[in-house]
Amino acid sequence: MTLSPQLEAKFNKLLESYPPGRQRSAMIPMLLYGQDEIGSVTDDLIEEVAGRIGVTALQVNEVLSYYSMLHRKPMGKYHIQVCTNISCLLHDGDKLYEHACKKLGIGHKEATADGQFSLEEVECMGACSWAPAIQVNYDFHHFVTPEQLDRLLDGLKKNAV
Amino acid sequence: MADPVKLTIDGREIHAAPGTLVIDAAKQNGIEVPAFCYYEGLTLQAACRMCLVEIEKTPKLQTACTVPVAEGMVVRTETPQVATARKYMLEFLLTNHPLDCPVCDKGGECELQDMTFRYGVGESRFTEEKVHTPEKQFSPVVFFDAPRCILCYRCVRVCDEGLGVKALGVINRGVVSEIAPNHGDHLECDECGACIDICPVGALTSGAYRYQTRPWEMTHVGTICTHCADGCKTTLGTRNDRILRGNNRDRSGVNGEFLCIKGRYGFDFYDHPERLQAPLLRVNGKLEEVSWAQALNAVAQKFNQTLADGGTFGVIGSNHTSNEENFYLQKFAREVLRTNHIDHHRTGDVVTLLDALSGKEGKLATVADLYERKAFLVLGADLALEHPLLSYQIRANYRHHQAHIYVVTPGAVREDHYSTVSLRGRDYASLRDKLKAESELVVLFDDSYKGDDVRKLVEFGESLGIPVKYIALVDYSNSRGAVDMGVAPELLPGYKPSGQPGMHYGEMRDANLGALWVVGANPLKNGAQRKAGFLVVQDMFLTETAQQADVVLPAASAYEKNGTVTNATGEVQRLKRGINTMGAKPDLEIMGFIAREMGAAAALGPWTPDAVFEQIRKNVRGYQVPLPVLMTGGAAQTMPVNGRIPVESRPDLVHSDHNGLFASGTLGRYSKVLNSVMESRLRR
Amino acid sequence: MLYNEPSPLETRVLSRRFGKPNSASIDTYLADDGYKAFLKASKMKPEEIIEEVKASNLRGRGGAGFPTGMKWSFVPRNSPKPKYIVVNADESEPGTCKDRLLMEYDPHQLIEGILIAGLSVDAHAGYIYVRGEYRYLIEILDKALAEAYQKGWLGKNIQGTGFDFELYTHTGAGAYECGEESALLESLEGKRGVPRIRPPFPAVVGAFQCPTILNNVETYCAVPAIIRDGGKAFADLGVPKAGGTKLTCLTGHINKPGVYELPLGFPVLKLIEEVGGGIRNGKKLKAFIPGGSSCPILTAAECEGATMDYDSMASRKSMLGSGGVVVMDEDTCMVKAALRIMRFYAHESCGWCIPCREGTAWLRKLLTRFHQGMGTRTDIDLIGDVSRNMLGRTFCPLGDAAALPTISIVEKFRQEFEDHLDGKPCPFEHARHMVTV
Ligand SMILES: Cc1cc2nc3c(=O)[nH]c(=O)nc-3n(C[C@H](O)[C@H](O)[C@H](O)COP(=O)(O)O)c2cc1C
Ligand code: SF4
Ligand code: SF4
Ligand code: SF4
Ligand code: SF4
Ligand code: FES
Ligand code: FES
Repeated sequence: MTLSPQLEAKFNKLLESYPPGRQRSAMIPMLLYGQDEIGSVTDDLIEEVAGRIGVTALQVNEVLSYYSMLHRKPMGKYHIQVCTNISCLLHDGDKLYEHACKKLGIGHKEATADGQFSLEEVECMGACSWAPAIQVNYDFHHFVTPEQLDRLLDGLKKNAV
Repeated sequence: MADPVKLTIDGREIHAAPGTLVIDAAKQNGIEVPAFCYYEGLTLQAACRMCLVEIEKTPKLQTACTVPVAEGMVVRTETPQVATARKYMLEFLLTNHPLDCPVCDKGGECELQDMTFRYGVGESRFTEEKVHTPEKQFSPVVFFDAPRCILCYRCVRVCDEGLGVKALGVINRGVVSEIAPNHGDHLECDECGACIDICPVGALTSGAYRYQTRPWEMTHVGTICTHCADGCKTTLGTRNDRILRGNNRDRSGVNGEFLCIKGRYGFDFYDHPERLQAPLLRVNGKLEEVSWAQALNAVAQKFNQTLADGGTFGVIGSNHTSNEENFYLQKFAREVLRTNHIDHHRTGDVVTLLDALSGKEGKLATVADLYERKAFLVLGADLALEHPLLSYQIRANYRHHQAHIYVVTPGAVREDHYSTVSLRGRDYASLRDKLKAESELVVLFDDSYKGDDVRKLVEFGESLGIPVKYIALVDYSNSRGAVDMGVAPELLPGYKPSGQPGMHYGEMRDANLGALWVVGANPLKNGAQRKAGFLVVQDMFLTETAQQADVVLPAASAYEKNGTVTNATGEVQRLKRGINTMGAKPDLEIMGFIAREMGAAAALGPWTPDAVFEQIRKNVRGYQVPLPVLMTGGAAQTMPVNGRIPVESRPDLVHSDHNGLFASGTLGRYSKVLNSVMESRLRR
Repeated sequence: MLYNEPSPLETRVLSRRFGKPNSASIDTYLADDGYKAFLKASKMKPEEIIEEVKASNLRGRGGAGFPTGMKWSFVPRNSPKPKYIVVNADESEPGTCKDRLLMEYDPHQLIEGILIAGLSVDAHAGYIYVRGEYRYLIEILDKALAEAYQKGWLGKNIQGTGFDFELYTHTGAGAYECGEESALLESLEGKRGVPRIRPPFPAVVGAFQCPTILNNVETYCAVPAIIRDGGKAFADLGVPKAGGTKLTCLTGHINKPGVYELPLGFPVLKLIEEVGGGIRNGKKLKAFIPGGSSCPILTAAECEGATMDYDSMASRKSMLGSGGVVVMDEDTCMVKAALRIMRFYAHESCGWCIPCREGTAWLRKLLTRFHQGMGTRTDIDLIGDVSRNMLGRTFCPLGDAAALPTISIVEKFRQEFEDHLDGKPCPFEHARHMVTV
């Protein structure tokens, strides 16, 4: 598998970040950074990572299937993550999530047909004092109202066109 | 040895070696602490929480499987608090368990059933929907039913730690965590079934055994695997003269609970549709089924006539028939047929090794040594494929005692993963300094070392200044026994020179003999044409050789007879009949009947295995093994000679078939299981 | 820019640079006496550093509250193995969002704390394990690390002290359990986030099988102040058995949610009323979670006289926890709260041990059904029983973390469970509906 120069550089740096013989440590970061670029954890990426750190594909699978941010299915270009955990719930995070479902016409861990958006109901993301919170990819949005969410999504849609 | 630690368990004062886990200390004293994830010899998990016990001065219950004994420790395993914990742990386990015991293979010998009976609650308070996932087939051998799995991780560990294969893993997290095979939806592995065997519940089941029977309907017979030369004990589960499964749960025998695919499933050749069930006689150029009486009579007549005509006999014996059969056969050849033209296919240079060790005692390593000695030198062989048990023992030794392993092989081998040094080629001499620094050594070599190579190797070993033991690796279940019993033109039983060496294997195949008698061998397998005037074959199948025979006598397999066999490490063990197969007879019985028909039986003595073994005990050095050991299923090592063996060394006759995990000569060709697994097509 | 207005009641020690322009840059930090504590520590004996930390009464800010100086003293300094400093920046305890600010506004304070920890045990490498969702913080930290390397505050022979230290960031990928110290170490080694059998503890066998100090971000961030001003000065900020300040995340039905640095021992009601500006919409307090969803919940009555410190919370059978305060008003449906909390633990249970794996899944289903009005009277006791059957019997504290709040909610708000019985809809209309994943 050929990686972009940035990802190649990232992988190489990661492999140097751990003590000798401990290159397996780079697995999770490699998978996540790889996913960021490719859109999901593909079979090719698994093979690539396994090869670079000297483990089997099964060992990679065991690990990747454990972590909730790693996806085998492609997510949308904009992955909308709505927190409904306790502090957000107290600020109607669950209703915000439902609103997002309706607005996008998709459910938990689903993507729109055009591949632009995907949605996930997530656990606490460390924005509890600014609830309800969402993340679009890695960007936090705080005190989000349904109206704000609409505006945000409409804006992103325009971007996409 | 450090002083034992004194502690109290359930009010009893007990002593245990320092470092002993509480669960083991309790067990050694007859106190059972229930456990699912703890498994002797495998790494600790502390996952199932069944072994929780009270330990004084610790506020929370502790897992007996992870806490080592300590001086003055006070442990309680039967308090109400402990009982409650166990009860509800089982309740948790059963929440997502399908409880389909009536149709589960494991029903009757399931650890979860037993525990629930002993420690469980009467009824479950779980009324929610259970997690359900359909059953999966990981391979023709391994089936997986996730809902029954209690996630004890025994299978994962035995495959990784025990086998060194790492074919199983855990995927997902939380309640949907699941055991997964190494290739997405299927396994590519040794197909040994160890994972199935070790599974405490019916989550992993065997393709060969599933839905065949209820465990309590079987009879269990402990005998020896008939495939490679490692000599694993296998307990056959039989019913109505059918073998339904092989395992060794009672850990008896040299192998503990280890079996490879051949030992665990490869017995199925006995039931192959092409199995011979009636004698065949060539009539008008065609082999026709005849009665035993007709067939035996034809052989006896021809043999007597050949004798009377002064014709020459050749006898080719087997490396998987029993010691008794081999002994009787060579005696038959030498005393009745008056010939030294007797041989078998030699698969390792045992003769040169024994000769080179002349005058020395305690030089042959046992299977147990492979687990106990501190260093190993593996020469030539790909142990994990060709000698699964020996490889397993060394691996366990490495895990438990950090044994040092030196590998000198032509290609990469599994031992490389934990070897101290791995070299490609043959230059073991370059390891001299490293080996000298070891406190002891076991050398294992295959057929790529023979004749002078073996002498040099022994010289090298003996010059290291440390105790060294050796193993000449051989193929097949009784290769070693065949030489010990003198199924060789130059050797009598016990390595005594025969005086006038006769023809060897290849010479007999190619010579114009008056009669050639082949027992459990296939000399014509490579398309050679028979030369002998008369050809008698005893075999289980119509092999290439049998197809050219005048008389074919259907032979019993090792699972259908009694006797003894000697494994690669020279350990004698007992074969015990598990089933009878219609029409076939043990080779010993067939030979006895031929002798009787010839009127020569008296000279040879009775042809019962016990009687022949008595003769062996008298004639072959080292075979004076204590009978009770054998009778109770034990193994006894022999050193069948201690002195020079003044015969011409014939390293050119030594040739191993290098059967891998999924091959076993003729037997392997007729095993459905061995042919069904994809690995048999991928690997040698 | 700040996420929330500071409160005049705060004692801003760790957060004193929050909101300053360019607060994350090394120049800002150096200009504000930054790295002086490191230089001071580099002239101290390792034992002296540890004594100072002990004197500060600093207790771990990750949730368990273990005395930090004592933990450092367990590291076998003479071990021939390399030693590691690991930072727990996995911040995933529901209700908690304080480490985020410490890293966003003041990464160099964290780096300095790590360096001092390194000096104290002769460690020369460290890893900051940051939860995957905090990608922007990894970027901020990486920038800060680059600055520190460039200006000679990391790397070889730091500022001529002869001390070498390499520091790396490491991303997680979504797993609450990886905040548990031994699961974090597994994850750092590229494995599933399943905890390790202890003993041995990380101080002896930690990262890469080597002795390791593992602390929360806030814990390390307190260290420069302790060395700079002395352990006693820090201790005096708090109450006798717990020194210093604690970053407290006010969340839930509160007028002024936000992160506030308050001295330990700060009264709970004052926290709600004065720091937080009272309950939103003039409602009454119903329940209070002191430090993340893993803590047993307190009723309004139990909050009377309670203070934000370890002992006061322990005397109310709860815990100070991570600093994630959750305030619930009178209209909160406690069944739904219990359900949402259990859904979290069921989602995050690593699955390794039976009671947590099966128990959380069971309770999630049971509470879902119950909240939908399909519960029976026996279910109420069952919820408590199942939780108690997990309690103290799991492999790691996540099982307890799931059980404790649940037990406390059923015990203290039983009436609300009764009100859901007999097919009755949830009494709080706004809380009736609940998405289920
Ligand atoms: C399930 C679980 C999750 C945890 N999550 C975190 C976390 O996100 N951040 C943290 O600092 N500590 C967390 N901890 C506590 C750590 O195990 C550990 O006690 C702490 O990092 C030690 O640092 P401290 O002494 O500085 O608090 C968690 C513990 C458990 C049992
Ligand atoms: S059959 Fe043997 S090699 Fe294959 S997965 Fe099971 S234990 Fe591993
Ligand atoms: S399949 Fe069997 S051995 Fe493997 S984890 Fe499940 S219950 Fe244990
Ligand atoms: S190792 Fe050899 S003796 Fe043992 S089960 Fe396998 S084939 Fe049979
Ligand atoms: S309590 Fe058990 S299942 Fe739960 S997170 Fe800890 S180890 Fe995993
Ligand atoms: S509860 Fe939503 S971010 Fe913490
Ligand atoms: S046997 Fe001890 S936890 Fe499983």
